[in-house]
Amino acid sequence: MAFVALGQGSAGNSSAPKKASRVAFILLAPGMIYLGLFFLTPLVSLVITSLKTASFTGEIGMYDYGFQVSNYAYALDQYLPQITRSFIYALIATLMALLISYPIAYFIGVKARNKPILQAFLLTLVIAPFFISFLLRTFAWKQIFSNESPATQFLQSIGVLAPDQYVIGSSFAVIAGLTYNFIPFMTLPIYTSLERLDTRLVEAGADLYATPVQTFWKVTFPLSLPGVISGTLLTFIPISGDYVSASRDFLGGSDTAMIGNVVESNFFRIQDYPTASALSVMLMAAIVVLVSVYVRKSGTEELL
Amino acid sequence: MKFSLGKWLLPTYVTLAFIFTMIPIAYTFVFSFNKVEKSNIAWKEFTFDNWLNMCDQPVVCEAFGNSLAIAVISTLISTALGTAIAIALGRYKFKGRSATNLLLFLPMATPEVVMGAGLAAQFLNVGISKGFWTIVVAHVMFTLSFVVVTVKARVATLDPRLEEAGRDLYANASSVFWRITFPLLLPGIMAAAMLSFALSFDDFIITQFNSGPETTFPKFVYTAAARGIPPEANVIGSLVFIVAIAIVMIVQVRASLKAKKLRA
Repeated sequence: MAFVALGQGSAGNSSAPKKASRVAFILLAPGMIYLGLFFLTPLVSLVITSLKTASFTGEIGMYDYGFQVSNYAYALDQYLPQITRSFIYALIATLMALLISYPIAYFIGVKARNKPILQAFLLTLVIAPFFISFLLRTFAWKQIFSNESPATQFLQSIGVLAPDQYVIGSSFAVIAGLTYNFIPFMTLPIYTSLERLDTRLVEAGADLYATPVQTFWKVTFPLSLPGVISGTLLTFIPISGDYVSASRDFLGGSDTAMIGNVVESNFFRIQDYPTASALSVMLMAAIVVLVSVYVRKSGTEELL
Repeated sequence: MKFSLGKWLLPTYVTLAFIFTMIPIAYTFVFSFNKVEKSNIAWKEFTFDNWLNMCDQPVVCEAFGNSLAIAVISTLISTALGTAIAIALGRYKFKGRSATNLLLFLPMATPEVVMGAGLAAQFLNVGISKGFWTIVVAHVMFTLSFVVVTVKARVATLDPRLEEAGRDLYANASSVFWRITFPLLLPGIMAAAMLSFALSFDDFIITQFNSGPETTFPKFVYTAAARGIPPEANVIGSLVFIVAIAIVMIVQVRASLKAKKLRA
């Protein structure tokens, strides 16, 4: 009865009938054991692999169990630029996605509230990108802004780009691609919050002589905060580990590699599993710290 | 000048934002009709050939078939496991609830590359060779939490008195479940299954780490990107898009018809 032992004194009710708790256990056990085997222990595997040492035989891709903490120092030393770049890209892309998504969510959740057909149509538009592979969509952007494309030539002719400058391969392209891919993840949670917004509160703000801008920042925005928080998490976390947009075959170039690109190349190309694992462990640790600080600061503990 | 600007600003902004999100979809669709000699970059000529012969590149269709099979199998498993968890969370009191919630929340808060590399490292350490079934294992893992969240929302709306009424009428536990609980939960379970299917079908990062030599549709697109993606991939992408939008529309029309019936 591992579950019963796990979280003593928590929300569970100790006086619940024995039979009910047995049923709950039978319902929970398969799924939770599954997550234990294929989610939790892999995280442990990651830590174990990150401490392995190169094999005595010197064969590529072979490592012995060990406790080589210096793998972390090596990974940091080698890939610090990619690590910092990941978080900077993720931060900018998350803010851009918020800027694009909030008005969409506001329009659908508040302005279109009494027009169910319009609302349903717009919501379908929001989730439509989900139905076509994000790799195809990212590749489409690459084609649209390829070096000889009309779009790039136009940007060069009006002087936004120098004649020898291109869109693809730049940090801008990667951040724009990341932003684009995660817009629905930002829009949907904010929409859910705004949909429940009591518009009488906004009217009350206006009655009390607040300007629309004041009302927005003092009433609307704070009430939509739970949506903004889960939206920013749902965007920031996957972006920080993404390696498709930043890949050279998609929107990236020689200096746009993110932490995910480095994990991928260490894992597959050079088969340096310890370094790839050390990088993954550090990314996970950074995310856990960031998420817990962020959630505590913004005061929303109930996320699930 | 009072807010007449504001009246138009928001709709214009929203329209522009939607145009932005639709551009790559339209592009993929349009270029599925392009006559291609070497690469599908510049527009040459309109043709139905790619649609009529979409399996001319057997790799594309094989990858597509694999993706479908993996999505179906992993959806069945994760929907079953996730529904059971959702019922337990919504219906029963038990110790360790916060630990359970944490374990369910974590996969949704973990970057895919970490889950993918972790599972791959585990397969490597244990000595399991990767292929079709390791992808299924990985997909059940990362879709499970999404199923739980979706079905749990439905369990919360369930009136426990309906089940009590069933028991009062001498129905045994299994017929209470199959004739009362399950039908009432079905819309939530279907929504969860659809979400799980979509997540599995479109997954690339976790798949790449745990697929070995096996190809899926997203993995094919990623590998082909270096040389240029064949128009057949655009055809399959567009086809999936059309089918999915049709399903969404049917679901929405049916829901609004039902709402109308209830009002009448």
